[in-house]
Amino acid sequence: MSILSVRDLSIHIKAARPVDGISFDIAAGECYALLGESGCGKSMTALGVMRLLPAAAQVAGGAVEFEGGDLLALPESGMRDIRGGGIGMIFQEPATSLNPVLTVGRQIIEALELHTALRGAAARARAAELLDQVGIPDPIRRLEEFPFQLSGGLRQRVMIACALAGAPRLLIADEPTTALDVTIQAQVLDLLDELRRKQGMALLLITHDLGVVARMADRVGVMYAGQLVEEAPRAQFFAKPAHPYSVRLFTALPDAERRGGRLATIPGSVPAADVRHPGCRFVERCSEVMAECRTAPPPWRDVDAGQAGGQRVRCFLAGRAPAVAAGVGAGDTAAAVESAPLLEVADLQVHFPIRRGILQRAVGAVRAVDGMSLRLMPGRTLALVGESGCGKTTAGKAMLQLLRPTAGSVRLDGVELTTRSAGELRPLRAKMQMVFQDPFASLNPRLRIGDIIAEGMQALRVDAGGTAKIGPLLEQVGLRADMATRYPHEFSGGQRQRIAIARALAVSPQLLICDEPTSALDVSVQAQILNLLSDLQRDLKLAYLFITHNIAVVDYLAHDVAVMYLGRVVERGTAEEVLRSPRHPYTKALLAAVPRVDGARSEVPKLAGDMPSPANPPSGCHFHPRCPLADDACRRAYPAATRVGATHAVRCFKA
Amino acid sequence: MLAYIIRRLLYAIPILIGVNLLTFALFFVVNTPDDMARMQLGVKRVTPEAIQKWKAERGYDKPLLWNAAAAGTATVTDTIFFSKSVRMFAADFGRADDGRDIAREITTRMGPSLAIAVPTFVLGLFVAISFALLLVFFRATTLDFSGVVLCVAMMSISGLFYIIGGQWLVSKVWHLVPISGYGGGLDAAKFLILPVIIGVIGGIGSSTRWYRTIFLEEIGKDYVRTARAKGLPERVVLFRHVLRNAMIPILTGVVVVIPTLFMGSLLTESFFGVPGLGSYTIDAINAQDFAVVRSMVFIGSVLYIVGLLLTDISYTLADPRVRLQ
Amino acid sequence: MSFQPVVLWSDALLFVLIAVIVALTLWARRQEALRAAWARVLKDGVAMAAATVLAVFVLIGLLDSLHYRARLPDQPGTTARYAVEVNSALDALLSDLRLRAEKTYSAPLATHLYSKEALADSTQREFPRLKFGGAHLGQDLSNHEFDIAIRVSRGCAGGLVIWLLLVWILVRTLGLELRGRFPFVVSLSNHGRGSKRPFDKLRANGGSDTAQGAASGAIFITLLPILLLFGIAISLGGGYHVFGTDKVGQDVLYLSLKSIRTGLLIGTLTTLVMLPVAVLLGILAGYVGGWVDDVIQYLYTTLSSIPGVLLIAAAVLMMQVIIDTHPQWFATSAERADARLLALCLILGMTSWTGVARLLRGETLKLRELEFVQAAQAFGVGRLAIMRRHILPNLMHIVLIALVMDFSGLVLAEAVLSYVGVGVDPTTISFGTMINTARMELAREPMVWWSLLAAFSFMFALVLAANLFADAVRDAFDPRSS
Repeated sequence: MSILSVRDLSIHIKAARPVDGISFDIAAGECYALLGESGCGKSMTALGVMRLLPAAAQVAGGAVEFEGGDLLALPESGMRDIRGGGIGMIFQEPATSLNPVLTVGRQIIEALELHTALRGAAARARAAELLDQVGIPDPIRRLEEFPFQLSGGLRQRVMIACALAGAPRLLIADEPTTALDVTIQAQVLDLLDELRRKQGMALLLITHDLGVVARMADRVGVMYAGQLVEEAPRAQFFAKPAHPYSVRLFTALPDAERRGGRLATIPGSVPAADVRHPGCRFVERCSEVMAECRTAPPPWRDVDAGQAGGQRVRCFLAGRAPAVAAGVGAGDTAAAVESAPLLEVADLQVHFPIRRGILQRAVGAVRAVDGMSLRLMPGRTLALVGESGCGKTTAGKAMLQLLRPTAGSVRLDGVELTTRSAGELRPLRAKMQMVFQDPFASLNPRLRIGDIIAEGMQALRVDAGGTAKIGPLLEQVGLRADMATRYPHEFSGGQRQRIAIARALAVSPQLLICDEPTSALDVSVQAQILNLLSDLQRDLKLAYLFITHNIAVVDYLAHDVAVMYLGRVVERGTAEEVLRSPRHPYTKALLAAVPRVDGARSEVPKLAGDMPSPANPPSGCHFHPRCPLADDACRRAYPAATRVGATHAVRCFKA
Repeated sequence: MLAYIIRRLLYAIPILIGVNLLTFALFFVVNTPDDMARMQLGVKRVTPEAIQKWKAERGYDKPLLWNAAAAGTATVTDTIFFSKSVRMFAADFGRADDGRDIAREITTRMGPSLAIAVPTFVLGLFVAISFALLLVFFRATTLDFSGVVLCVAMMSISGLFYIIGGQWLVSKVWHLVPISGYGGGLDAAKFLILPVIIGVIGGIGSSTRWYRTIFLEEIGKDYVRTARAKGLPERVVLFRHVLRNAMIPILTGVVVVIPTLFMGSLLTESFFGVPGLGSYTIDAINAQDFAVVRSMVFIGSVLYIVGLLLTDISYTLADPRVRLQ
Repeated sequence: MSFQPVVLWSDALLFVLIAVIVALTLWARRQEALRAAWARVLKDGVAMAAATVLAVFVLIGLLDSLHYRARLPDQPGTTARYAVEVNSALDALLSDLRLRAEKTYSAPLATHLYSKEALADSTQREFPRLKFGGAHLGQDLSNHEFDIAIRVSRGCAGGLVIWLLLVWILVRTLGLELRGRFPFVVSLSNHGRGSKRPFDKLRANGGSDTAQGAASGAIFITLLPILLLFGIAISLGGGYHVFGTDKVGQDVLYLSLKSIRTGLLIGTLTTLVMLPVAVLLGILAGYVGGWVDDVIQYLYTTLSSIPGVLLIAAAVLMMQVIIDTHPQWFATSAERADARLLALCLILGMTSWTGVARLLRGETLKLRELEFVQAAQAFGVGRLAIMRRHILPNLMHIVLIALVMDFSGLVLAEAVLSYVGVGVDPTTISFGTMINTARMELAREPMVWWSLLAAFSFMFALVLAANLFADAVRDAFDPRSS
């Protein structure tokens, strides 16, 4: 018996159809994952179920049945009883999804007062109980706090507590962990899983992350361009995805096995939502395309009809598509040659003063980077790994002298950078460039692509080929030369990131600092960019300092890894050393927290708590409050680097 | 918090000094007292003696900044700058051209100014916010659309029209209240009611539109969606969630004008013959009484700076993110 | 030559302004984002209707900015002499209205003066006949009303014919289309920001073609009442004072038309004066930071802490002293009035740049942290180049929005300032001076209402059009609203 049954739901925004006839069922207590890339309509589906669509969007057809009643036919007042009472919902961004000027308690109690008979002290007690239930320590005190006083992970727990207040039978979680760090994500996913099991609550989980699906879901629905294209129990889906699109989602995932090889990408991009499709929606990007795919939309077909699998797919091939050869790794390409380091950072510190009082005297400092050291050999990739707030981006900018370091040394090719004036730095800037995280903010919307790329060449007077170089550069990053006259808004996120790479390449750098270059991109596009980066490294002998939080990407492309925690590198070594035999408890926990596509769980305990503030780091080893191994020595002093191998060093007393 | 307020207060000092220097430069350096005397006396009566007399009557016959003829501290104090500008810090504004003490005049005229300005402000705020909430509650409907059109039309009408039209309609055609004048005590009500209503109506268009924009901006935020997902009715979402958050930008815009209410309204007071500071200012401008204008400039800036300070404080009270950090 | 062209300072600046606008338009055409935003404005029916009204006002203002001095009749033996009086092309067009002055007040379309006077040949006080208003009727006033009706219908017919002609020409030459039975209604729906339900159907049926058609339809539909009013005014104005006459017998319609130029000048030149300062200081404060930021912030906090009207009053009073003590600077009274107008714009500009500068500073602070600016820094691009290439172009929409939003406020402010006595020169014809002189007669029984009503109506039309246009521009350019 299904608790939620969606039939042919269509949602239109003017001429666009972000959701175009979607049907699925969720059984009581079941976790159903709606998987898809950005813009596929998965969030819109959830908002449609809740009847919380933005004003421009309308439900154009279909039915949504919840516990047997049609939600779309309910009057608004009836729908309000369902919201919060029958169906709870949590959103992606805990930072903005809670009301900033109301206390946590108030926001939970208002839901309690709406859906239960509890009032006053009883409601408060219940709110505290809910906070306790979602794993927030010291719940009575937290009731009086405001959202901004909580960390991201705690905020998301408060969101869950709000949603649970009305004791809903179905919880819709829209990318509940996307904005969180991987160790916090693990905590929140565990919590959701536990709540579901204890309370027998169904869960509609909306996500783009195959790892999260593998960790949580009973059944999976894959969405593409406003439609479901495949539906299957988790085990079948991960054992043998049936739709060509699902297959490619898996092969586009970077991981260690594909090191040095190319990732299988999906060519092209998702069709716009206002395009009409006579046939299959995936037809333009599918390698198995047949004549009939173009003329008629494929019906649902059961895969392996004989078995009781329940896997079905909207594809004429019905799962008989040949397996796509996932890029197989060729192992390490760049041998660890002993040569002079291209980049050598020693004891780098970046402190931001905290000013207080009448005279605004500096009373302390945010120690964003607090003594980090690393070396990068020419032609190799060093991954700087860490969670948000650990100082990795600040470190990258300080190395480029975009931020002036407080102390320490940065040597590029043996030349000290920190002591040089802006003018003296200019000739050195051609050697090192940066690729930024946000492809939408990193290109000036008022300049043509050609001018954007030419800017660096003009500023550094390296225009050897002049503007004639722009065309070949664009082709080198996989774009067309004639795109130089266009403006950034005409390009997709992946294309913009290619342009940003071309801009950096224009001055022929030896070192490229890549600050989360793929974290804003979908998996299939990420694969394209990663392929491009490895091609460029091979052809141009570039060295990369790759700043990221994504362990899978690190595993795929890094030669060396440095793990950062609260402004310092806690462990460094080759990728093999750090990722296969981590020694620092933080590294171990970080690796264990990554949800794995094969669904395997790690036995390493999950990290409790949050990263402390860099304005007020714990005494001794910064990690000791969260560390399962910590003892008095850890509380007293910060451990020095211990060498555990020729290239492997770790800052831990217990290593 | 206290340190913050003290720091803001200290910051006010250089600003007041700046205002003082600016007005000094404007009134005494751009034009010399001789120029002013010539203009005030008119072409026919300009003789060197008349100019000297005019300057001596007003104390403009001293040197500007440095009195070389005087001794001791008087080299500094016995100057126009000290006697006319510096002494304002001690609330000593000197005498107007008609010989009356300006400070005294200001204190007696503040009452009538406030009697009009405060009700206008409070009522205007209440009406505009209610109207804006109404439009936002019915957003994207014909009511909202026509409300916005009405607001734009109302803000396109000159303030003078509201006053002249109101006086003509209410006082001359309907004979409901006296056309102008002012009385003390309860008697004041019949003189106040029309200017207050006109003041409210005149400001309603632009402020309603401003509040509506703020509310709409808040309504687009994520936490509103969360509130709706809890099943809260739209009314509660609007009053408990949106209004609270919208108060923060509204306060920044509104609190700053509260102290300047003391200054009164130039137009209203002069049309309705209210003996407040607004009409005092207008009369001084028309009579080219520089001493009064200079004093009003100084008082206005002091009140504005107080307003800025109040804004900071109210902002801190309204926003827990500021209050608790 | 029968006249000597005179270029007043304000004329020159106005032409500079127009040149700047033309240059900016050409530049914006090459800028993708700006072009797209303007295309949104062009498709907005209400905006185009407002723009049509504004264009009519601007046309009148421009005609009034072509100044000349007429040549006086030659006297043998002397070189050509020119009148002291400076007139404009508009004065020449309206010379009928300008020269047919009555003795004093007369009501709109009246044939007699408004007040009784002792006539020479009578002992009784009577309403004397006007010298020009209704003079063509002769002694028989019985068909006064009939004459008015005839003239109104003649004017309507003329306006309609011209409108039809214009529509025909525009449709034929520019290929503009009139689509839909109620194009104006459709275009209204495009204006309602975020308005969904009531107009959804119309919009959904439409699409961009209809939006374009609707916009041109809005222009035509706006032109119709304008041309009808023009027709009626011309037809009636031939024999009467359409809006009556003022205290010294000047035609109020003429005064209203002359006021337009003053309003336009104050609305545009003020912003033009202030913008370079605001943009420069705003960007410097935001991008350079440090002590530069402190100084600029101090400067604008100090300036904005003085109540606007008082600062303006103080500055205007001082300027008046300067002008009065240096009469030798000005050859004609027109030049003096013009200098005072310009000085007023300058003062208004100097007191109003603070708001825009603050806004631009805040926006620059945000832009400075954006990655494309950091990318430029990583290339060692200099500060000035970054401000010019990366910051300024991304602030232009704010500048534009400030320009159009300020306009209507300034037009309204002129009236208030002139009333307070710190506005334009009393000899300059403006809405403010019209209201100011008319309000003296408010207490009169029966009331003299027509000057006020004419001034307020013209102002309302101008300001409403400007507000509606400004809204459309803001919606099209503000990234938050799209």
